[in-house]
Amino acid sequence: MMRNLKRIRDKEEVQLISPEGVRVDGRKYDEIRPTKIQVGILKNADGSALIEQGKNKIIVAVYGPREVHPRHLSLPDRAIVRCRYHMAPFSVPERKSPAPSRREIELSKVIREALEPAIILEYFPRTTIDIFIEVLQADGGTRTASITAASVALADAGIPMRDLVTGVAVGKVNNTLVLDLNHLEDQYGEADMPVAMMPSLGQITLLQADGILTFDEFKKALELAMKGIKELYEIQKKALKDKYKPLAQEFRK
Amino acid sequence: MSKPEEIIPKLKKETMLSLLSKGERLDGRRLTDFRDIRIETNVIEKAEGSAIVYLGNTIVIAGVKASIGTPFSDSPYEGVQIVNTELIPLASPVFEPGPPGEEDVELSRVVDRALRSAKALNLKKLCIIPGKRVWYVYIDIYALNHDGNLIDASALAAISALVTAKFPKVEVHNNEIKILDEKVPLPIEDIPVTVTFAKICDKIVVDPTYEEELVMDSRITFGINGKGEICTIQKGLKGTFTVDEILYSANIAREISKKLRDLVSKVIEASKSL
Repeated sequence: MMRNLKRIRDKEEVQLISPEGVRVDGRKYDEIRPTKIQVGILKNADGSALIEQGKNKIIVAVYGPREVHPRHLSLPDRAIVRCRYHMAPFSVPERKSPAPSRREIELSKVIREALEPAIILEYFPRTTIDIFIEVLQADGGTRTASITAASVALADAGIPMRDLVTGVAVGKVNNTLVLDLNHLEDQYGEADMPVAMMPSLGQITLLQADGILTFDEFKKALELAMKGIKELYEIQKKALKDKYKPLAQEFRK
Repeated sequence: MSKPEEIIPKLKKETMLSLLSKGERLDGRRLTDFRDIRIETNVIEKAEGSAIVYLGNTIVIAGVKASIGTPFSDSPYEGVQIVNTELIPLASPVFEPGPPGEEDVELSRVVDRALRSAKALNLKKLCIIPGKRVWYVYIDIYALNHDGNLIDASALAAISALVTAKFPKVEVHNNEIKILDEKVPLPIEDIPVTVTFAKICDKIVVDPTYEEELVMDSRITFGINGKGEICTIQKGLKGTFTVDEILYSANIAREISKKLRDLVSKVIEASKSL
């Protein structure tokens, strides 16, 4: 579905940014969408988070560290991480088949690889940390929003981490680099570059791109991504504090 | 638990690292050297196009088949490009039979994106009857011997098979398609290539062998189009990169991409003289 939409891309030039530099949803080129993260919304999961970034609504559950089934997958010296990124059939305009698409298989892999560097896996040998991502509504940049939410859910599960992981996409629309693409900008834009990093450590854990970027644009896109990541990082930390600060105060009494 | 072919390179890691710190590698290459490449095209007569790429000991074959079908509803005036790869057990003791896994899917999608973003295949020119009939171009890629860097070998095989492919000319009369005997080249408008790097501890090497892949912490691939622009990026594995490391690799990728593209150009020349 999403792959099919990409095909439309070069069909006609769509004006996505006004001469005054205003984007279709009213943002400036370097503005992220309004973002809200709620922590610990699912009782059964060890950790969970709901992210609403623009029209994106993504829910993430973390289970673990727990026993690995099937057992032969377990590792003697560290935990394994499993990740399932899945889009609900109703999350996009045209119903998506619930069976995992090739896109979802790839995204599950890159999201897992974006989160793994942050988790101190050596603390939990022979266990698994399972991350389940359900995209309830998709509006562009779901893989990066999933990463942002998943790292908060991991922290909520009490899993020791080196840093949170924060993701954002930068794209090129009407020859202008813009931060945090929405679906329309992704669909009709000229390039899309999702980035995720551990902000305090300055380490990039996910980097992909499609469409065309010159080397200069690529450098600038990385800088723009880092600006967005900084802002989202603060939202992540605030979300965790909102849940845990009152608890901590209560215990102190 | 682990297979011997996975353990031995891990034992060699120390040696590998001490060599890397001197700017050397186990197979004698420098950090930014690609292995020798040989490309043969039109190896499968029954396919519209085909190519075998020998990259050191890595061997990959790609076949192009074209058929007529109905377009996707969201792109009624465009042909369809489908890239498929399967990591078959014939190519390595570490591949197991079964449906395509994450690795297979990632490989085909990276090659697909490199071709698609660079607009290598002009899909608009593959439209036969607008909204009704279009060409489907299937690019099927199989590794025959896996000795590392399947992404670059697969991308080279795919583009080499595409640039040398011939498919039948068609005529349309009153919405009837007539397939002619005359064969024409596919509408290829760019030659994207990919350049892949492995990061082993803090060292970055280009075109990793299988041994190097087993000890690498992370991997990054850059697709570069004919203008030297970036047409795809894919970071892989659970290691990380700093911004400097990424910019360093991107620059090397641009240099190496010229050499790889020259190789493909030679392939085109050679196939013309046939």
